Amino acid sequence: MSAPASPPVVTAAAPLPWRRLSPRMLLVHPVKEIGRAIPGLVALLLVGSGSGHGTLWGLLGAGVVAIASVSRWFTTRYRVSVDQVQIREGLLRRRTLAARLDRVRTVDVTSHFLHRALGLARVEIGTGVSDRNGASVLRLDGLPADQAARLRGELLHRAVATGSSSLGDRLDGGAGRLGDAEQAVTPTLSSGPQLGAQEVEIARLDPAWVRFAPFTLSGVFTGLAILSVGWRLVSESQVDVGSVGPLSSAGSQLSGVPVWVAALELFLSAVAFIAVASMARYLLAFWGFRLTRHIGGSFHIARGLLTTRATSIDVNRMRGVGLSEPLLLRLVGGASTTAIATGLQVGRGATPAGRGGTVLLPDAPLAEAQRVAGVVTGRTDVVHADLVTHGPVARRRRYTRVYGLALGAVAVTALGWWALRLAGYAWLATLLLLIVAAPLAADRSRNLGHLVSGGYLVTQSGSLVRRRAIIETDAIIGWNLEQSFFQRRAGVLTMLATTAAGRQFYRILDVTPSEARRIADASTPGLLAEFTAPEHS
Amino acid sequence: MLAAETAPSGLDLRAPANRVSRRAIWYWTARAVASWVVIGAVEVLILFVGGSAIPHGRWAIVAVSILVALGHIVVMPRWRYAVHRWETTGTAAYTQTGWFTQERRIAPISRIQTVDSHRGPLEQLLELANVTVTTASAAGPLKIHGLDRVTADRLVEQLTTQAEANTGDAT
Repeated sequence: MSAPASPPVVTAAAPLPWRRLSPRMLLVHPVKEIGRAIPGLVALLLVGSGSGHGTLWGLLGAGVVAIASVSRWFTTRYRVSVDQVQIREGLLRRRTLAARLDRVRTVDVTSHFLHRALGLARVEIGTGVSDRNGASVLRLDGLPADQAARLRGELLHRAVATGSSSLGDRLDGGAGRLGDAEQAVTPTLSSGPQLGAQEVEIARLDPAWVRFAPFTLSGVFTGLAILSVGWRLVSESQVDVGSVGPLSSAGSQLSGVPVWVAALELFLSAVAFIAVASMARYLLAFWGFRLTRHIGGSFHIARGLLTTRATSIDVNRMRGVGLSEPLLLRLVGGASTTAIATGLQVGRGATPAGRGGTVLLPDAPLAEAQRVAGVVTGRTDVVHADLVTHGPVARRRRYTRVYGLALGAVAVTALGWWALRLAGYAWLATLLLLIVAAPLAADRSRNLGHLVSGGYLVTQSGSLVRRRAIIETDAIIGWNLEQSFFQRRAGVLTMLATTAAGRQFYRILDVTPSEARRIADASTPGLLAEFTAPEHS
Repeated sequence: MLAAETAPSGLDLRAPANRVSRRAIWYWTARAVASWVVIGAVEVLILFVGGSAIPHGRWAIVAVSILVALGHIVVMPRWRYAVHRWETTGTAAYTQTGWFTQERRIAPISRIQTVDSHRGPLEQLLELANVTVTTASAAGPLKIHGLDRVTADRLVEQLTTQAEANTGDAT
């Protein structure tokens, strides 16, 4: 974005008044904070009961928590000026956060269950680079839902929707309007960006896709999380599990059959449980999923069953897409698509979109994932193109590395058994790794590939999770060229294309030097020219 | 694929033009010695405290670690000095670091976001400085270790001036 800095004259006229969030948050804060403080309150109750005033102490604690939480509403103010969003918050330690509007990259509107019941939404504004220290994600927790949607539209589309001359006026009106929204509809409101009218739908959830949910690893984690929570509840409530009707009959049935039948039954029920849990997670997260492109220049992602979430990504921030295929999902022909955008770092909790917020399409048929990737990048041919393979050295290194790891595991466990008498003959089980190693290495080397075409760099690797990244070559900042001692001997190198988007770097494993040079010259023309060896230039 | 006449025969990258300060060898040596002194102290402590429980091969272990330490202390700093190089031009910064695993990093000046230098206590004694050049990517900082202090100051000033000439948010 290169929006010219607006003349300061516009803002200097009169200081904008600070505004409060929706007073309905006075209902939300206490409920949320008391919910969070329940362990502490229970402890207080238990400690207090020793002195005979347990309930009194508990109520007192709850009251303190409620008052403290309500104080957040009284101490938080915000305003939107011509060129900045500012938030002032804090009771004892006041601080003011500000973000320049032309640095806004993503706007995330989330409504948790309570928010939805009261018609509220939380707006999080991401400003890219500074997201790294986390502190500068601006959070407006508790705007009325319609104001939140309007604010989102304004933040992202102001430069596109109007000429730069009227930018200041329109935003001045916009900022005032936000606070006065309870009053009548102002002229700017009707001319403002109305979501829905100017949107083109790219994809929406087909409920049948839920069949892919059990094949992702996330299902396993969800299942384990539910199991552990259930286990904690059971052990803390001190209910004798064996005495619960269905469980006790299941227990007696298991003890009546051979061990291998019991093991099989337990395994199958665990699989069924994980499958159901992951399907539930999928529906909770992605119900009503819709990916649209707004004429004003942004992508919108709306999703969620109980907690709804709407993420907007400025088109200028979109630098590519990623296709991800975990092994099991790949076997059943599924894939998911993610956005590679500046201001949306993968795996960083500090980003407004949070974990999984970059999803452009949840687990779905591969063809659909590729179609979405093609529409978003505008280059269907690049998405479907055959990749350049990495050659025999890369292939050999996949085998040596996988076998090296497997042999290492065998050696360590065998040594532990021989020298320290650890774990009986369990080390023999690690021999199984050697059997798995061959197909794994074969798959890893088969999946390696790259391509530079049509202004995009494509790179793919991995077996347990096969990932294909398709990024604009313009988004590549520079190159890190790595060579370990062994890679130098084998005559290959690993290239990292560094970028401000997504994972921050995209790796091309074990390419030959001449291929590396071709990739670099094709995607960042001239960058390497000055450092080319004289005999070749 | 590109046409045959433009296809290069290799990476064809020369090493960056400038070496770091020779005093960097002393700095790396001192650092290696310090870490080996710690390891040695732990070994000696174990030998004296739990001596009887350890089999007779114990002096062999000490001997081997002394050999490894000497090798590391002598070879690593010189190897590293031979590898560490840097260069900046009007359009790009280029560094080469590492010793066992080597890495070359290239970033265009137009994408530079910050340039800073820092010196630890030992580096102050040796009049050395490190320069870190960051870009908008979290993965791409170019670090030049063991620069002569005067060179480092000049480099920071020069890169800052060059980067200021480029506007835009460099992402």
